[in-house]
This record gives sequence, C-alpha cells and structure tokens, in this order.
Amino acid sequence: MSDLAWFLVGALVKSIIAIVALLTAFAYMTLIERRVIARFQRRVGPNRAGPFGVFQPVADALKMAFKEEILPTRASRLVFLIAPAISVVVALTAFAVVPLGGPTAWGNSSIARAWAPYVADLNVGVLYIFAIASLAVYGIVLAGWSSGNHYSLLGALRSAAQMVSYEVSITLAIAGVLMFAGTLNMVGIVQAQAHQGIWFILAQPLGFLLYGIAAVAEVNRAPFDLPEAEQELVAGYLTEFSGLRWSLFQMAEYINMITASSVVVTLFFGGWTLGSLDGVFGLPFIWYFIKVAVFLFIFIWLRATLPRIRYDQLMRFGWQVLLPLSVLNALVTAAVVAYGLPWWVSGAIGLAILLIVAGAFYATARRSQPKAKRGAGQVMAAPTSVRLVADAPLPRSVDESQTTSVSASAGVK
Amino acid sequence: MSLNIATVAFYVIAIVLVGSSLAVVMLRNIVHAALFLAVVFGAAAGVYVLLNAEFIAIVQVLIYAGAVTILVLFAIMLTQNAMSRTSSPFSGQAWLAAIISVALAAGLIFTVGSSQMALASPNASANLANAINGGGTVARIGQLLYSPFDYSYVLPFEIASVVLLVAIIGAIVIGREE
Amino acid sequence: MVTLNSFLVLGALVFCIGLFGALSKRNAVAILMSIEIMLNAVNITLVAYASAFQSFAGAGHGERLTGQIFAIFIITVAAAEAAVALAMIIAIYRRRSTIDVGQINLMRW
Repeated sequence: MSDLAWFLVGALVKSIIAIVALLTAFAYMTLIERRVIARFQRRVGPNRAGPFGVFQPVADALKMAFKEEILPTRASRLVFLIAPAISVVVALTAFAVVPLGGPTAWGNSSIARAWAPYVADLNVGVLYIFAIASLAVYGIVLAGWSSGNHYSLLGALRSAAQMVSYEVSITLAIAGVLMFAGTLNMVGIVQAQAHQGIWFILAQPLGFLLYGIAAVAEVNRAPFDLPEAEQELVAGYLTEFSGLRWSLFQMAEYINMITASSVVVTLFFGGWTLGSLDGVFGLPFIWYFIKVAVFLFIFIWLRATLPRIRYDQLMRFGWQVLLPLSVLNALVTAAVVAYGLPWWVSGAIGLAILLIVAGAFYATARRSQPKAKRGAGQVMAAPTSVRLVADAPLPRSVDESQTTSVSASAGVK
Repeated sequence: MSLNIATVAFYVIAIVLVGSSLAVVMLRNIVHAALFLAVVFGAAAGVYVLLNAEFIAIVQVLIYAGAVTILVLFAIMLTQNAMSRTSSPFSGQAWLAAIISVALAAGLIFTVGSSQMALASPNASANLANAINGGGTVARIGQLLYSPFDYSYVLPFEIASVVLLVAIIGAIVIGREE
Repeated sequence: MVTLNSFLVLGALVFCIGLFGALSKRNAVAILMSIEIMLNAVNITLVAYASAFQSFAGAGHGERLTGQIFAIFIITVAAAEAAVALAMIIAIYRRRSTIDVGQINLMRW
C-alpha cells in the first residue's frame, strides 16, 4: 500500500516538473518558430525584447493576459469556457508516458529507479498516447460548436473528420514498429532497439514516413492546418477566441508537436540510447533533446515551405494513399516477423514501395499539368478538380495582371 | 485498513459514472448529453483499470471516447434542427419506462446481494498497483485472440473483423446521398 | 471494501439508467447513446467477473481472461452498431427531416 502511495507522490512531483517544462518549451518554441520562419523569409524576426529577443515570450504572455476575453452572445457559455482547457489538459496528459531516459538514468538504486525520467511506465504506453491524442478532437469540436457561428462550426467539423481519418492511418503505421519491438511499452520499445542494435527507422522507412505525415495532420500543422484555414473559414474554430483562451489553443498545438516529435524519436530513432555512452550522467538526455529538436525544426520547416492543401485533397490523400500504404506496411512487416527474416528485408521492401509510389505520383503530376504551359505561354494553372464554366483562353493583359496579383499576395503571405 | 486508495478511487469513479449516466439520460440539451456520454466512457475506463484490465481501459478510451462519441456529435450537429428545443425530450411512455427500469434495478441488486455464489473478490488495490508497475494482461490477451495453436478465440476474431467490414460497407451505402 | 458485488451493483445501476433512456427518449441519437451506456454496463460486469476469476484457483489457463475477451468483442460490435445506426439516422433525417422516433411510424401497424 505504501508503495502505491509513494508512486502517487512521485508521479505528482514528476507531473508538475513535466508540465512546467512543457509550458516553458511552448513559450520558447513560439519565439524559435518566429525567428526561424523569419530566416526562411529573409526577415529578422522578433529581436527587440532582450538579447536575440529572449524576453519576447514574456512580452507576448503579458499582452495576451491583458487582452479582452470576448464571450459571443450566441455562444454556449460553459462549453465555450472549458473547450480550450480540454485541449491543453489532453495535450499535457499525453506526454505522461514519454520516457526521457531509461529506468536507470539516475543510477541503479531503488530510489533512483523510482525517480526515473518519465511520469508512468505503462504496459500499454503507445496505445495510451494514441487514446489520449484521440481525445484532442474534443477541444476543437466543442470550441467550434460553442462559438455559435457557422465558420467555427465548419472548421470544427472539418477538423473532426480530418483527425478521425488520419488516426486510423497513424495507428496502422506504427503497427510495424510494435511487431518488431514485441511490446507496447515505450521504455520497452527503446530497449528493444538497443537490444537489436538498430533504430527501427531502418526496418520501417515506410512506416516512419506514413507516421510522420499522419502526425503532422493529427496536430493540425501546416500543410494540414485546414481547421484554421483563414482564407476559407476566417480562423475556423479559433474565430471567436481571444486573449488567454486563444493562447491556450496555441499552447495545446505546440505541446502536441513536442509529443509527436518525442514519439517519433522513441519509436523510430532509438530514444535516449547512446550505446556505450549510456552511463555518462546527463548525456542521454542531451542526445534525446537534440533528436526531438531536429523534428521540431522539421515541423517549422514544413510550415515555412509547403502551401496548405485543399480539403478534398486532404481526404483523398488520407483514405486513398495513406491508409492502403499503412495496411501494406503492416502486412509486409507481419510476414517478415512471422517468417523470422532479418530486419533489412522489411526495410528494403518498404523503400521499394516508397520508390514505386513516389514514381507513380511524379508521373501523374506530370500528366495532369496543363498542356498550355509548353505552348503559347497561356498559363491556366487550375487544378483538374476545378470545373470552369468556360475553358476559354484569357486575354493576354488580364492574364498578366492576374499573375502579378497572385505573386504579390504570395509575397505578402 | 479498509479505506485505502483503491476503495476511494472506486467510490469516486462509481459516483461519477452513475451521475453522468443520469445526466446523459436526463439532460434536455443533447450536445451536453453527448459530452456526459464521453465522461461515462472515461469513468468506465477507470473501472477497468481497477479491475486489472488496462488494455480494455485503453481500448475503451480509444474507441468509445475517441471515435463513437465523436460520431454521435457529428450526427447531432448534422441533424441540429430536427428536434425542437421546447418540447419534452421524453415520450409519453416515460413513466412506464421508469417503472420497468427501477423494478429491474431492484431485482438485479437483490439477486446480487443474496447470491450464494461466493467467488473470490477482485483485489482492487493489488490490481491498481499491478497496472502502474507495468505488470499486466496484454500479452495474454494477444495470445488468446490470435494464437493459431493454443486455446484461443482466433475464429471469433475473424468473424468480428468480417462484421466490421460489413458494417463499414453498410454505413457507407446507407449514408450515401443518392 | 470493494468486492465483486460492488462492481456488479454498479453495472446493474448503470444498465438500468441506460435502459430507462433507451425506452423513454424521443430523439433517435439519444436512444443510441443510452444503448451504448447499457453495453458499457455489461462490459463492466464481464470484466469484473474476469478479474474475480484471475484469483480463482479452479479456472483453467484460458478461461481466466474470457471476460476481457468478451468485452473486446462487445466493444467491436458496439462500434459497428454505432456506425450503422448513425448512418441510418442521417438517412432518415434526409428523407423525413425528423429524428423523433414517435414520428418515424411509417411501418407501424
């Protein structure tokens, strides 16, 4: 009984540390993201508050805290107030089983083991993360519904459809890793990689790519940030939120990013393990944080590089490309594991599938490009799914003004 | 020591479960009812953890709270104006339903209370400690569901997957716009 | 003290609450929600029995988790049922613009 009580005390303290760390990480992620995107766009970014702008998050927080919190008259009061809280609580809860280090990170004594750097070492850790992540959609749906306006509701329904669709692929994409590891336990998966001497990305290149794409969609980041597509939906479910409540949604998004990066590192990139250097105090931590930081940078990079995709493209991609490939990956991996073949067989097959799919994509993309491009200089860059009333060539002057206006708006964006 | 953490946890979860089930049934606003449905599913997951069934608990959250309730919310939002807000959510036979339910509850609880089938009690505190210390039943459930050699439920499992496939196709066909 | 009976009583209570909802509500979605509550109550009972059997010496190796396996199958079927039922509700709403089960009485004798 006292074991249980000690466990609860330890979990409580570790949770508080994790929450404080995550919130600090969120604050500085916003600064880093703004600086990095500024570099991408040849700007400087926020650099006024303190050296390199390090006090910018403090300034932002103060600004947010003193903004007016608007409660729309048509809003459903209670739900409107708790929706942002649901988002943040769910995002924080999912992080509980992410291991930042092994059970013996602080040494081998029983006290050191009790304070190992994860809140809980659940037997069903991976499933726990996906179960909690599947609750994240509540925050968005409720926010959209309770705002009492149609743009918000549409954004919420979109996001619900998107997250439910991509959840299926995300779970199937990691099935391969689970088969290789033979456990659902996060610490166990890292130890299985150390034991087999590989990172699972080598055995599961296809699974990694599918998980990565689906994870970006799952945390609603660009290019899958349809729920808040401002050109179509004002700001989607965020339209009516202001001040601290708005920043709670931002908080949830960044914490989800951190969790998704940590899961990638744990499942595919060997977690904290360093081989023979594991015993050096603190080094596995730094190694782990470097890996997570790389994936956070990739999140920012994607946002700076890729345009937002259309809703029908999103759904078609999710159901017609991601899901079949995830099933294929699971089948191939199951066969490799069942017949006891070495890991590189599944890796090679995965890469081959990847090359074939990429080739097919490239070929269809080439074919669907407008013929006029190679002809008289008439550019009708409408996607094939858009049906025009009359497909007549535009006059030269109109065409030019359109082109310039498009490039101008792209520059502003 | 009868009042331990697991006992307290059981009573808290039980009160939340019964209270939110009542809220689902009684509330006039159907979106609020759907939210309490999510609370019901979460509380049931808590009960499963107390019963040393952490896999069922996670599956419960993943499928019921994460998918079924979202589907229900979808249906509610798509059929928003179908029910007027002013009229009663109960049909005329609600009093009969109440009598039947109360009678059934009384009968069931009397039967459970007077049963002579004295099985061993589930040791809730041991189960709770077991679940958080990483012991568990996942591997055994996997063997029971999939093993082609052992005593297993592999045939029912295959039938269940066919049922799911049929349900998917059926839902698409029924829900499609002509 | 929490015993098997506590879980059984809890399951019975929740089941009867769900039963009341399923019998008395007018909105088809609300009826579906009540049925899901009833299925959950049954699952609680089954898992409670499985947990009791785990410490029961007479049970065979496979039988100790039978309750949990049953619960998994019930969850599977309940998910399928929810999908089909909601599709039907949407289809009915599209045709008759109501989901009040009192007014969906075309096939009533």
